[in-house]
Amino acid sequence: MTAVLTAGLGLKPQHYEAALACPAEGLWFEVHPENYLVAGGPRLAWLEAIRARHPVSLHSVALSLAADATLDSTHLARLAALADRIQPALVSEHLAWSTWRGAYHPDLLPFPRTTAALQRLTENIARTQDALGRRIAIENPSHYLRIDGHEWDEIDFLAELARRTGCGLLLDVNNVYVGANNLDYSAEIYLDAFPGDLVMEIHLAGHTPDPNLGQTLLVDSHDAPIAPEVWALYERVVRRIGPRPTLIERDDNLPEFAVLLAERDRAHALLRAPLAAAA
Amino acid sequence: MITRTALTRFQDGFAQALLAPDPAAAPGLAPEIAALARQPGFAVYRNTVMKACIDALQANYPAVARLVGEEWFRAAAAIFARGHLPEQATLMHYGEAFAEFLVRFEPAAELPYLPGVARLDRLWTESHAAQDESALAPTALAGLAPEALATTVLHPHAAARWSWFADQPIYTIWQRNRETPDDEREIEWYGEGALLARPRGVVQWRQLDAGGCAFLDACADGRPLNEAADATLEIQKDADLARLMKALLDAGAFGRMSRFRNDAPTEAQP
Repeated sequence: MTAVLTAGLGLKPQHYEAALACPAEGLWFEVHPENYLVAGGPRLAWLEAIRARHPVSLHSVALSLAADATLDSTHLARLAALADRIQPALVSEHLAWSTWRGAYHPDLLPFPRTTAALQRLTENIARTQDALGRRIAIENPSHYLRIDGHEWDEIDFLAELARRTGCGLLLDVNNVYVGANNLDYSAEIYLDAFPGDLVMEIHLAGHTPDPNLGQTLLVDSHDAPIAPEVWALYERVVRRIGPRPTLIERDDNLPEFAVLLAERDRAHALLRAPLAAAA
Repeated sequence: MITRTALTRFQDGFAQALLAPDPAAAPGLAPEIAALARQPGFAVYRNTVMKACIDALQANYPAVARLVGEEWFRAAAAIFARGHLPEQATLMHYGEAFAEFLVRFEPAAELPYLPGVARLDRLWTESHAAQDESALAPTALAGLAPEALATTVLHPHAAARWSWFADQPIYTIWQRNRETPDDEREIEWYGEGALLARPRGVVQWRQLDAGGCAFLDACADGRPLNEAADATLEIQKDADLARLMKALLDAGAFGRMSRFRNDAPTEAQP
């Protein structure tokens, strides 16, 4: 039996019990694999228990695909071993870098979208997919900086990576909203141009205004409910490209599981609604 | 001389500015990176990196954090993080050098027990994430003749960790801050050790004396039980070996046993 993934939730240790028991239709869970790259113990046992009941997606944050370096083969091998063990429904990573010269910077860092960067990413994505033996989805980043030296438009860059490596894309609608706000472009135009046939997964999350700068600088903080504007953009995407597995991301300021489940149910209903175009 | 690519130069500069006290004025920073660092959005990356490091340290060193309070802890963690970024992305393992950092951290000088408490927090994480292994049954040694017992080697369980603190009651301080923070009874000031183990499920802990720690050290070195017993008695003349071994077996301190084989020919020939 293949379960149809509709809307899922990020899995947080505080919610393990409720997550394990939740019978919601189409529900799945996403984890950062880095939190489970351990030799053994209760964490892995918990993830396996969740996996026995629900589909699980591995959303990697630390492959550092955009670093101008070959991938850390030890880290990649550990990730591949976890994927073998968990048999995830989806695996994804970011258009970003984080590890540089042996130091891990726990964030998703930006870079100029040059042809040289495209080449480096192509190699690193291909190597990841070879190691995992599967297609991965690459996520569009949030933007906070105006970087000189971009040779490629972001959507063209992502589409070219997909063309060269066969990877898919993860469309984070909140990232688009935050980036469009901060760098002053149109989220609607961006989303309408995003190649729908490459989208393997959608992310939704909350953001917060920077404490000093307010609305001019929104931060992709994952610590708040999804904003109404982001819900509206999401509906627009689903109407255009059809339903896709959709994740509600919440990493900080965690509410009760039921609160997150209500947000998930809203996305689930939308994915099930007749307005979603036939995929 | 190796020429750096444009992307490498960008990432070198960006990484430097992320941690610099005044990013736009970091020495030797390329002008285009300095210009980026002057944009208000650059602080988002700086804050995210530091917050993630500090949050991870706070999660990994909960007894230390409880002892010193959140504000003090996060300030100390920020100083540590600037000098020691994580070396791997599994942040559960981050902070290996934190106890050592606290030894030399001047504001912690009045809290000499802090590094020891940090070491136990660290041992908890190591035990928590260690490989799964079934623990040797408490009855495993029953029925062995004394001479067979003497040449038996008990191998510590993959998740067993222990440490002896000669001068301070580190176990009691740590244990209270992990599980009974309301216990305000006076702590008697003498040396203490701890054993953390994970025979099944979650990490469990108990106090362990100097002799017990010496016993486990000898076992970890692959020494047979007669030598582990000697090591214990050397440190603690009145040690009750039968009771100690029962306590260790009950705690799940061992993963397997084997027969000692002395393969060193120089020792075999008088």
